[in-house]
Amino acid sequence: MSVSREEVQKIAELSKLQFSENELEKFTKDLSNIVDFADKLAKLDVEGVKPTAHILDIQNVFKEDNVKPSYKREEILKNAPSAQGGCISVPKVVE
Amino acid sequence: MELYSLTVSEIARKIKEKEITIKEVLDSVYNRIENVEEKVSAYVTLTKEQAYNRATKLQERLDNGEDIGIMGGVPIAIKDNICTNGIKTTCSSKMLENFVPFYDATVIEKLENAGAIIIGKTNMDEFAMGSSTENSAIKKTKNPWDLERVPGGSSGGSAAAVACDIAPCALGTDTGGSIRQPASFCNVVGLKPTYGLVSRYGVVAYASSLDQVGPLTKSVEDAAILLNVIAGKDEKDTTSADIPKKDYLKSIKDDIKGKKIGVPTEFISDGINEDVKKAYEENLNTLKELGAEIIEIKLDYAKYSLPTYYIIATAEASSNLGRYDGIRYGHRAKDFSSLDELYVKSRTEGFGDEVKRRIMLGTYVLSSGYYDAYYKRGQKVRTLIIDDFKKAFEKCDVIAIPTTPNTSFKFGEKTSNPLEMYLEDIYTVPVNIAGLPGISVPGGFDKNGMPIGMQFISKAFDEENLLQVAYTFEKNTGFNMKKPNV
Repeated sequence: MSVSREEVQKIAELSKLQFSENELEKFTKDLSNIVDFADKLAKLDVEGVKPTAHILDIQNVFKEDNVKPSYKREEILKNAPSAQGGCISVPKVVE
Repeated sequence: MELYSLTVSEIARKIKEKEITIKEVLDSVYNRIENVEEKVSAYVTLTKEQAYNRATKLQERLDNGEDIGIMGGVPIAIKDNICTNGIKTTCSSKMLENFVPFYDATVIEKLENAGAIIIGKTNMDEFAMGSSTENSAIKKTKNPWDLERVPGGSSGGSAAAVACDIAPCALGTDTGGSIRQPASFCNVVGLKPTYGLVSRYGVVAYASSLDQVGPLTKSVEDAAILLNVIAGKDEKDTTSADIPKKDYLKSIKDDIKGKKIGVPTEFISDGINEDVKKAYEENLNTLKELGAEIIEIKLDYAKYSLPTYYIIATAEASSNLGRYDGIRYGHRAKDFSSLDELYVKSRTEGFGDEVKRRIMLGTYVLSSGYYDAYYKRGQKVRTLIIDDFKKAFEKCDVIAIPTTPNTSFKFGEKTSNPLEMYLEDIYTVPVNIAGLPGISVPGGFDKNGMPIGMQFISKAFDEENLLQVAYTFEKNTGFNMKKPNV
């Protein structure tokens, strides 16, 4: 396996995901296979090649800093799993 | 001929000339949906009430002598990852099963300004990750040509709907082939425009440097009409390109005399199905007989597109999908004892396996120690693939390759090994990596009667040449006229 079970566990933590023992095993196998597949690129000579982030020749895109109407607060809050007093409610984070 | 079987251009013309009413069109399409949808399951949501309300208003305006737009009264189905104001947009995920956007994607605004009527939202692989629509958390869409087989994906619902006449046209999104591959599996036309030609504002992000919205239609002419409507610079999408507006209908010409068609024989020699290969070769002959010049080209790095894609796309996905944390919208877990547990449980419950796999892989290739070996290297190989295409287009106008190495497969056939499913995208992925436009046009049938797609690729922002070649091919082969029996 090119990716270890411990690594998968660590990546899961970074990804904010949780897996059962069986799932961990399956993901270790799947990720190893995919990483092996991605290793095909390792043999290519990319010395001096510039990386491409996307194909358009644009850097920063600026626009005038004008005030415009935004979306309505109550509309936005309709999709919140929990809301009160015009705010999204979340569990207490500071004791 | 039933109204539901007409093309966009025919419906728009008949409505404009008062030969038929908009209500009659909707009646015909919704009746058809009532008869066929149960078997095919292409839709996640139907928007019948809104559609009829809109039809009444558009008809009034038309009757008052107003111009209601080039798609005036034409029904359209929308892939469920494109935000529609007041209509659920689920991405076929448990994470967004109750998400109702409060704004329209730019493409939706443009369609409505052109007079189109949204009749429903279509099923897809969860968050557009997949090649069979089997990754939908909501339902299983079947291929209208054989209900035991997949419609392709991720825009499987859109392709199936157009194929069996329960939508005259549809929008899909294409990150690695998600418009062209299902179009090929279902015998419809699927166009992925140049990256940046169509605004992505309001389209749920999967891999932002690759995603692009495009039409699925019954003809190349219809694809040109829809592209006319949805293309254009949008200040809400900073990656939308500032290029002069074009009329793509001008490309609808039956003429390819002297056009140079590039064929990368070496790239397509491995793992291709015999029937697909045979159809492809016959199609090249047809193009030659029509006066095109077939030119051998080399795409040395194209075979590295898939690993490059699975590094870049998953890296971008792992970042894009970080927003689903159970806080502002989307699924929130019921039981949690801390904020961190809320995040973890909400995400673990809300995402399906393929989405988790891609988030994990993306996190892996971006993590310290692997970033240079995978992500950075992937971006460099991307440059090599782009240069490959640039060189090829010095010798030809349009490249022709099959859309997929195989035709539609049976449910469950490729679900146990994710890598096997990924390999289905081998001919479509290079186009996204290089940001080019590509179109899949019906190109024949295999020995089981399943559709085969013919793919054309052109230079960036050269949809004119692309559409002209595709149109001429379609006009002189007529594979798109054959319909499934459902």
